[in-house]
Amino acid sequence: MPNYRIGIDVGGTHTDAVVIDENYNVVAEVKASTTEDVSSGIYDALSKVVASANVPVNEIKHAMLGTTHCTNAIVERKRLNNIAIVRIGAPATLAIKPLVGVPDDLREMLGKHVYLVRGGHEFDGRTIAELDEEHLYKIAHEVKGKVDSVAITSVFAPVSADHEQRAAAIFQEVLGDEVALSLSHEIGSVGLLERENATILNAAIVKVARTTASGFINALQQEGIHAQVFFGQNDGTLMSVEYTVKYPILTIACGPTNSLRGASYLSDRADALVIDVGGTTTDVGVLVDSFPRQSFLAVELGGVRTNFRMPDITAIGLGGGTIVRIAEDESFQIGPDSVGHKLPQKSLIFGGDTLTTTDVAVALGIVELGDPSKVAHLNKELLQKIYDRMIEMVEETIDKMKTSQEPIPVILVGGGSVLFPGELQGASEVIKPTNAGVANAIGSAISQVSGQIEKIFSVDELGREKTMELAKDMARQEAIKAGADPEQIYIVDFEDVPLAYLPGNATKIRAKAAGPLFLN
Amino acid sequence: MRYIGKEEIENIAIGAALLGTGGGGDPYIGKLMALQAIEEYGPIKLLSIDEVPDDALVVPTAMMGAPTVMIEKVPSGEEAIESFQTLQNYLGKEIFATMPIEAGGVNSLLPLALAARLGLPVIDADGMGRAFPELQMVTFHLDGVKATPMVLSDEKGNNLLFNTIDSVWAERIARGATIEMGGSVMLSIYPMTGKNIKQSAIHHSLTFEEQIGKAIREAKKNNKNPIDEVIALTNGYSLFKGKVTDINRKTQQGFSKGTATIEGLEENKGEECYLHFQNEHLLAETKDNVLCVTPDLITVLDKETGMPITTEGLKYGARCVVIGIPADKKWRTQKGIEVAGPRYFGYDLDFSPVEQLLRKENN
Repeated sequence: MPNYRIGIDVGGTHTDAVVIDENYNVVAEVKASTTEDVSSGIYDALSKVVASANVPVNEIKHAMLGTTHCTNAIVERKRLNNIAIVRIGAPATLAIKPLVGVPDDLREMLGKHVYLVRGGHEFDGRTIAELDEEHLYKIAHEVKGKVDSVAITSVFAPVSADHEQRAAAIFQEVLGDEVALSLSHEIGSVGLLERENATILNAAIVKVARTTASGFINALQQEGIHAQVFFGQNDGTLMSVEYTVKYPILTIACGPTNSLRGASYLSDRADALVIDVGGTTTDVGVLVDSFPRQSFLAVELGGVRTNFRMPDITAIGLGGGTIVRIAEDESFQIGPDSVGHKLPQKSLIFGGDTLTTTDVAVALGIVELGDPSKVAHLNKELLQKIYDRMIEMVEETIDKMKTSQEPIPVILVGGGSVLFPGELQGASEVIKPTNAGVANAIGSAISQVSGQIEKIFSVDELGREKTMELAKDMARQEAIKAGADPEQIYIVDFEDVPLAYLPGNATKIRAKAAGPLFLN
Repeated sequence: MRYIGKEEIENIAIGAALLGTGGGGDPYIGKLMALQAIEEYGPIKLLSIDEVPDDALVVPTAMMGAPTVMIEKVPSGEEAIESFQTLQNYLGKEIFATMPIEAGGVNSLLPLALAARLGLPVIDADGMGRAFPELQMVTFHLDGVKATPMVLSDEKGNNLLFNTIDSVWAERIARGATIEMGGSVMLSIYPMTGKNIKQSAIHHSLTFEEQIGKAIREAKKNNKNPIDEVIALTNGYSLFKGKVTDINRKTQQGFSKGTATIEGLEENKGEECYLHFQNEHLLAETKDNVLCVTPDLITVLDKETGMPITTEGLKYGARCVVIGIPADKKWRTQKGIEVAGPRYFGYDLDFSPVEQLLRKENN
């Protein structure tokens, strides 16, 4: 029986959908507007693509969704949950409080309930202090009814997760199942502050992820499709719905990841820089052998330093719907917020009342769209300055992402790519492939499933060989949990870094396994 | 005398990573500690060495242990204070100021965080002019100043006061205690007089780090090449340009030892450079020539940004420039080479200054 897949990518502005067959041939592709409630936009794209594909719905076996909603929520500081931040590690760690180094606006939104609790572990698994359960109960009662989600981080959780798990049990007992709990050992690696930040962001976007997931599942059901559902994660592989709602942060940058893979496919280039211009953000990444370059250092997300694994992508708050504000003294501010999918209602050229980057480009004659007379009254000289700054923002990002001074090929994709010229500083050529708009949806549909672990192991206990095997096995188990075919899993990445300046052969190991979807 | 605020801290952190020569721990954590301390207690007073009275008691502070532990088990801030006060009580004399023991990595910034909290001045000097892995590898030791009495403190409230027969024993015992105390501790060490430090310390270290950080940060803004700026500022040499193609790492006696292979680009096309490290980069050589060797400084900079790359951060594909910086002349003495020269680290060669090695190579 034929086996079809649906791949959908929800962007800030557009929702793209494709149907592909088992040989990755595109049977149908559509583009719909992203809507406020997410699900109606997905439903729209889905019903259109299903109608246009004209294949029996019972032959659609898998549905993959990639969404940038979580990224947008963080970059725009919108729709974030009320959270409590609990760090277990006192009396250690007090010299740097949670959210130090995080941008002030986010610190204010997320830092309303911050607690430091006694407990945590040493690098070798001993406890620093006994877990202060009484304090945890007190905190749980204090935040009850005030928060949607709790971020729990304990010192050396990658070595021993005991205190995080015990804390989670206490919070669940007091707060019930409705309040989501994010545990740091499931999200980030060694490096307390960066892992804590990643956990805080994960906790802050749980509701966004739930809405997105249920929207997708409902839409499929309404079409009569009973497919296995997966979400795109940010390494170009897939994860189950259950996994997604628990670790929404892993969906962050999956859109640009899929765009990167799609851009590579469509332009037939394995090594290039890809600029994905959406309605809300522009994401810049680098293709190495057709896959996104992974970041191996701490990654900044909305100005927050985090350490969960991520593709090396820089997102700037600049897209086709980005709001431009001009002050009385002619100084201006570009973004970071956006009218997003409301571009057709809000932007000036479509009769709205908000000046956007698209209006700027239309007024300067760079893009033909809407009604140019609606922007004719604006000061051209000032608009040119704004446009120059927009280009500069992108060129600065290109410069940051390059690994050499040599100019490299640049592939422009995404709905907002019309805003940008055919020449950019640092680019040897600027390629605008056809069908670039749905590259991300294709990328989403063809992904494999992966699992990764990162932990500190004591090599002395099992010996080097056995320790490495153990780590690889743990990664394979993670991949199976995420939906990979146990028979076809292979290790795609392995790295061990010994702990310096310390005897005892403690080694930090990262292992990643991937495989094709388990087809049942 | 001048004050150190947040801007200066940002610059010092970059300079500290560079002089860390690949090791010394990520200064980021020290930077955040210093920033939080400045936020709470105000700017830090920085004294030049000649502003210190000869009879003043000066006590350097530092962390000991694994930086990887420290970035996870962030200090409480109390350890350093307790360690400092325990030593002060023992010596029965008020401590005038603190200072860094090394001018590289996280330890450049920790004395600043302590000083902000205690309202004490920091002296613009250190005992290495770079980062080295062991306690006796300081210029104070070269002049016969003893590491002890010293105090090790952890966040749990344990304070250990040591008196050892020499600084090598202090290193050995303290390393063992550090593991028991959780892998990362704060210490107060090498209590000295103002006269001692005038003679034995390396001067203007913090200012130097600040200048390096500032040069790198501003180069891009002013369309200058950050690496040229660093070389000019440090009297350094560009040793090799290339791309990391292999990293071979293993743990031995608690040190991350290994070799990175760099494939040449541009003027080094067709050659390979081998970087040998033990936490810090200690020896850079090609197939035929030694390019630079400890105690001279070998540091790897990102080719584009000029930002220093740590030995842990070395990854396949990283485009980099290896630079060599002459060590302070205190290290180039017979005693200095005995303590921190190539043979101490197990390399079978004699020390030659980087400027001579390059002259030889060019002939």
